[in-house]
Amino acid sequence: MPILNYLWIIPALPLLGSAINGLFGAKWPNKIINTVAVGSTGLSFLAALEAVREFTHLAPENIPWVQQYFTWIIAGDFRAGFDLQVDQLTVVMLLVVTGVGWLIHIYSTGYMAHEGGYYRFFSYLNLFMFFMLILVLAANYVLLFVGWEGVGLSSYLLIGFYFLRKSASDAGKKAFIVNRIGDFGFMLGMFLLYKSFGTLDFVPLFAKATPLPADVMGHLGMFTIACLLLFTGACGKSAQLPLYVWLPDAMEGPTPVSALIHAATMVTAGVYVVARSHILFTHAPTAMFVVAIVGCATAFFAATIGLVQTDIKRVLAYSTVSQLGYMFLACGVAAFSAGIFHLMTHAFFKALLFLASGSVIHAMGGEQDMLKMGGLSKKIRWTYLTMLTATLAIAGFPPLAGFFSKDSILLNAYQSDRGGRILYAFGLLTALLTSFYMFRLIFLTFFGKPRYDEHKVHVHESPKSMLVPLVILAVLSIIGGWIAAPAFWGAPDYFAKFLEPVFAQGGAGNAEAAEATAHALETPLAIVAVVTALLGFAIAFWLYLRRPGKPEQLAKSMRGAYTLLLNKYYVDEIYAALIVKPLLWLSTNVLWQTVDVRGIDGTVNGIAEGMTGVGDGVRHTQSGNTRSYAVWVVIGAIVIIAIIFWPYMRPTAVGVVR
Amino acid sequence: MLHGSYMLTVIIFFPAAASLALLLLRADDHLWIRRLAMTIATVEFLFSLLLIPKIQIGVAGYQVEEFAKWINVPPINYHLGLDGISLFLIILTTFLTAVSVLASWTSIQHRVKEFFIMLLMLEVGVIGVFLSLDLFLFFLFWEVMLIPMYFLIGIWGHERRIYAAVKFVLYTMAGSILMLVGIIWLHNLSASVVPGGTFDLPVIQQMLQLGAMRLTSLEEMYLFLAFFLAFAIKVPLFPFHTWLPDAHVEAPTAGSVILAGVLLKMGTYGMIRFCLPLFPTASHRAAPMVATLAIIGIIYGALVALVQPNLKKLVAYSSVSHLGFVVLGIFAFQNISMQGAVFQMLAHGISTGALFLLVGMLYDRRHTFEISEYGGLATPMPKLAAFFLFVALSSLGLPMLNGFVGEFLILLGTYQAHWNWSAWAASGVIFSACYLLWSYQRVFFGEMTVEKNRTLADASPREKWILAVMAVITLWMGIGSGYFTRRFAAPSQNVLDQMQRQFPQDAIAVPPSDRVLDANRPGTPTSGRDFSRAVENATKSALAAEGTAMPPSNNEIVIRSKARDLLLPLSSAQHDHPIHTIKAVTRP
Repeated sequence: MPILNYLWIIPALPLLGSAINGLFGAKWPNKIINTVAVGSTGLSFLAALEAVREFTHLAPENIPWVQQYFTWIIAGDFRAGFDLQVDQLTVVMLLVVTGVGWLIHIYSTGYMAHEGGYYRFFSYLNLFMFFMLILVLAANYVLLFVGWEGVGLSSYLLIGFYFLRKSASDAGKKAFIVNRIGDFGFMLGMFLLYKSFGTLDFVPLFAKATPLPADVMGHLGMFTIACLLLFTGACGKSAQLPLYVWLPDAMEGPTPVSALIHAATMVTAGVYVVARSHILFTHAPTAMFVVAIVGCATAFFAATIGLVQTDIKRVLAYSTVSQLGYMFLACGVAAFSAGIFHLMTHAFFKALLFLASGSVIHAMGGEQDMLKMGGLSKKIRWTYLTMLTATLAIAGFPPLAGFFSKDSILLNAYQSDRGGRILYAFGLLTALLTSFYMFRLIFLTFFGKPRYDEHKVHVHESPKSMLVPLVILAVLSIIGGWIAAPAFWGAPDYFAKFLEPVFAQGGAGNAEAAEATAHALETPLAIVAVVTALLGFAIAFWLYLRRPGKPEQLAKSMRGAYTLLLNKYYVDEIYAALIVKPLLWLSTNVLWQTVDVRGIDGTVNGIAEGMTGVGDGVRHTQSGNTRSYAVWVVIGAIVIIAIIFWPYMRPTAVGVVR
Repeated sequence: MLHGSYMLTVIIFFPAAASLALLLLRADDHLWIRRLAMTIATVEFLFSLLLIPKIQIGVAGYQVEEFAKWINVPPINYHLGLDGISLFLIILTTFLTAVSVLASWTSIQHRVKEFFIMLLMLEVGVIGVFLSLDLFLFFLFWEVMLIPMYFLIGIWGHERRIYAAVKFVLYTMAGSILMLVGIIWLHNLSASVVPGGTFDLPVIQQMLQLGAMRLTSLEEMYLFLAFFLAFAIKVPLFPFHTWLPDAHVEAPTAGSVILAGVLLKMGTYGMIRFCLPLFPTASHRAAPMVATLAIIGIIYGALVALVQPNLKKLVAYSSVSHLGFVVLGIFAFQNISMQGAVFQMLAHGISTGALFLLVGMLYDRRHTFEISEYGGLATPMPKLAAFFLFVALSSLGLPMLNGFVGEFLILLGTYQAHWNWSAWAASGVIFSACYLLWSYQRVFFGEMTVEKNRTLADASPREKWILAVMAVITLWMGIGSGYFTRRFAAPSQNVLDQMQRQFPQDAIAVPPSDRVLDANRPGTPTSGRDFSRAVENATKSALAAEGTAMPPSNNEIVIRSKARDLLLPLSSAQHDHPIHTIKAVTRP
């Protein structure tokens, strides 16, 4: 089994591509850079396919398949190896990352063709692929953390790709720092796990954790704390409340980056980590509940912001935050495979949405404001059709991919025994909002009259290199969910079945009983979901096509709410006022100027000046004047005599002391 | 030349000896002065590499040792020793010195000869500190190192150089005076055990550990503080850090590189080598306080760095923050965190050294450290920008680069004993990203705001080579950290082992006279290491013979050893007696 023994080849190929382009690409023509970048990713995709093929032939006892390559960190009993691992969960992630990643590489060759720093872009993009593959292949938390921080770095580089723009470099920095806040929790989580289990390798760690008793609900046991800490990291990476603020700003990066990193792959890393650690999470019901609530709240919260945004990419960004919330909601109600399923379908349709929006922006010559678009459906036919497909998918129309995955999440939420109905209600409400804002996007962009200057903007369809990935992703957005479709006519959900070996370990005890009720609920809930999606479509249709003046009226009549949403609940402003500014003020005025300069250094220099002062004062006794010396001699003599005779002058007192 | 027992001496004094050759050159022959200095520094670096094979993995003690009598009364000896901890610090020193020579190639234009001689003398002092096993010799090198640094800052520094140089020296002296008192006190105390007393570190350590020499808890605390303060000032630990920003800002690039890269590590090295093994009880008692200061330093240094308008000061404050990690790792008394601390010392030397080099390169071009004078530099100098980002990332602890390994091990190890220390310290990870990325953005990103910057040259071939080498090492340390940690794992553990006192509260380890060491047998101990091993072995065999884990309460320790005579040559009369009976004094 060659590739499975040489798993490192899969991440190494993009790394090599990144290094070659980064070091030598500056003077190369685009064609060579393309060959290196797309070629290395493509080969990596092929290697991943071959690895998966070989994986399917593995005996169950060899799964997870772990390969140890070299020891990276060793100190005392602690060892972190460059160890890679493949199990069913890895397979899904591996295919999504390399497959979608490759398509987006191809797309980028068209999209970025006229941009400066072409080699730099592809070097970063390949670097991202490397770290993302490390992340999904890692066999221990520390190596996972390498990928985790590494994708953050690539994200930083790519968001700030147009570094001349301050907003771009601001956004990159913000992304990195907010992620670091999450990583702070992630690291502490690792430390606690190491303290509790003595290892950070997945296989032995989970084996040790499985037999342990779970924490009681509401009790902050080891599992709960560790899971909450890991989840803090996941919140940062996957843009959940309250650390989601970086993702909308990340849209400063080139659109393919938004598609690959900030929609399809990197931002789902948090979901992956929670799913990967499901054994720990199932031991921590409190943490699970927190995950579900945060996921649900984020899904709803972000969707409301998405309702009023006019920047096409920002709508999609908030949509991504919202959809990630769905995935966490799934994980929080122990439906890990549903979460991963949605992760996969979301990768297809959200990557497609971003790429198609990129195609729109490309066609519009860089315009991103939907209010300055309109009526594009005829002019960029392919872009329109593919984007419509993705919209239908994300809104949850059967039989597209999003329908199955979202349905599965809502079903599981409904069945959850802790606040299930409320989670379901908010999930459904979010689905309504999603459908609305997505069709709003479609109608504003592709329908109605053109709201741009047709003499200045020459709308043109994108080149083939961009359209082919769109079409492939559109096909995937349609059929991507069918693997779970048999669940509707009583056959097993093949996706869940495939992942079962991974997620069954934790002991999802009442699986069979749940399955029976699930079956009864499946169809009614699906009907409700479809009706919801239709409702969202209808409202958008009515507001934006039938009564084009209505949205403005609504915005006027609900000015307060509208402004609040338009300004994204002022969260950025609140963070700036409560954290950033006080911290800078404290650092400058208190720590630096007061404590450091005046306090410590003032004391030090004060002592020095005091010494100088004393010396200066005493110096005057050395006047060179004989008579003053004589006075000093006399004074000295008196003092000496006084000291000598002191005891004899106070005989009684001394006697008492003795 | 580097044969056998003179190896360490050669390593220490080669730069001094070779810089005599520099004196022969004409003062205005700058090119050849630079070439010769570079040759000396390179050869010295290669010499230091020869030390690597001398260190066996898994061996704790000093693996290369030199011993020579120097002064009879007081008994000061030339005792050098190398173990896995000092090994890499020495290589770091020789490497950074060579880099500094190269970095000063064009930026130093007056008194060139003196400059390089000072740099090489500094190297002598620093390596001497890392190798000395005699307390007095250690102190000597500790002070010797000050003089060239004083001149480096005072002569080749920037505007306020005199102020900074004097501050640097006085600050350090204030601490080292206390250390000198501590050293003399320790020597005097040892005199109650061995006639004439001793300055020999392994001997004193052994005597303290085995209970032959006892300190009251108050004495131990005073001694600990005397040593610790000297080291804390050097590190610098908050609140003794204010000399550092001034020294860094005023020092020439080479001075800053050595200062941040190596000199600060002398403080943490001293803590590992002296404070912990000699005064374990006091170390434990002081640990919460020290850890608090370290954590304050981590956060405080980072926050103050965040708002510095001066790039070099920013890097200087970041050192306060990073060294806080090292001190925390040491005073967590965990094997993992101790190794992390040693690793972080090396990693910080490389990454902060590289940061200072880069800042120096910017200064060479624009003659300012003010961040506001820069902006948009990525356009005229993409290569320098790329290197700067790389180094900044290593400094902020990106995995697979060197900064991560040390920080991670320190925090991981500390967490095992004190989760709250680790949690507080880990917040430094966030702040380091803040100050590095923000300053990087202001220097390199955005539109060009100052017209002068438009024509700045990108990295020259010389600069590119320096930075490329630094980058390769950064990467290597980040990926192949095992190469390093394996070599100092055993010595790090040994430090913690040495903190275990091998006697009960009131009993003293005393081998009966029939198990006395016979110095006249073949293979007798002849050096300090052998001597201290002999003491240990005698005690161990005594313990084994008694069949008890704790030694019996006896009150005499009998040692027959020529080596001890060498070490403790108090009176000639005693030399005539093969057996000394030393009363182990139990002090109230």
